[in-house]
Amino acid sequence: MALKTAFKGLSSVATAPTEDVYSSKTLGKFLSFVFSRSGAELIDLGPVIGSNIAFMGERVGCKIHIEDLYADLDRHALEGTLDRLPDFMAARFPLGDESVDAVLCWDVFDYLNPDAGSALSGELIRMLRPGGALLGFFGARASDETRYTKYFIQDESRLRYRFYVGACRRRAVLQNRDIDNLFAGLQLSDSVLMRSGVREVLYHKRSA
Amino acid sequence: MNEELASIGKSIVINGELTGSEDLTIEGRVEGKIDLKDHVLTVGMNGRIKAQVTAKSIVVFGHVTGNLTATEKVDIKEKGSVEGDIVAPRVAIADGSHFKGSVDMQRKEGANGDRPLSTVPSLTDLVRV
Repeated sequence: MALKTAFKGLSSVATAPTEDVYSSKTLGKFLSFVFSRSGAELIDLGPVIGSNIAFMGERVGCKIHIEDLYADLDRHALEGTLDRLPDFMAARFPLGDESVDAVLCWDVFDYLNPDAGSALSGELIRMLRPGGALLGFFGARASDETRYTKYFIQDESRLRYRFYVGACRRRAVLQNRDIDNLFAGLQLSDSVLMRSGVREVLYHKRSA
Repeated sequence: MNEELASIGKSIVINGELTGSEDLTIEGRVEGKIDLKDHVLTVGMNGRIKAQVTAKSIVVFGHVTGNLTATEKVDIKEKGSVEGDIVAPRVAIADGSHFKGSVDMQRKEGANGDRPLSTVPSLTDLVRV
């Protein structure tokens, strides 16, 4: 029943003609954590969004590294090199080991094949400092639609969703165990299935 | 007094170090280093910059590759493009622009807005669901 409700919720998102605002149970906790770290550095794996940069820079006070993996996905899809994504992900990030305090994954793992997902999660865990946090969103169903979502931060507890055309589709639904396997070594802090059909998952890396 | 604004036309190519004590608009190509300290640099729609840039404010309509440092603000307009790291207390990035790099807005202690984020529970308070 709960799953059916979740599907219904996602459907309403998928067909919404306007940009809807959804509450988030984990965003505030994530941002609060970043806020608490002096001189924090954050990786945002989504497309650049000016208002998010302003919010995180001025309000949360962190340094933001924009690493738009959705653009990378599009490039690989258009060049027919999606099979090379695992190697690409393994060499994608120039940042050093344990060099960032937080990672905003958004829903990028929904678009990756298992090998690319594992390569990416390995890199994110490598770059995360001890005690650091990672926030990811996971859809409740796959889709044939080739589009991505821009998540606009409205405030500490709300996100506005805007869809835009991309070259890839959501490949499959990742179950909780799949997600846990991806981030093996990190400690799960929060996992919440939202009415929007999105599962929000917050991890942190154990302190040394 | 009718003071003309300094500008570099779109047929001009400069390689080297560019310094000045007035606002400047660049429509041409500049490679090297740009230092305007207390003034505004505007990279026009035709401007192509490959340089480390320092200014009071930097407005980008064209293309910039290089790190930008501003004491007041960096403003990337729609269709503007920046590939490099930005250091500035205020940064505006318009929808439709391109940006690749990092942004450091150098928040000072206590300057965190009207509602402290610290009122939200910390990670250590969280419980597995």
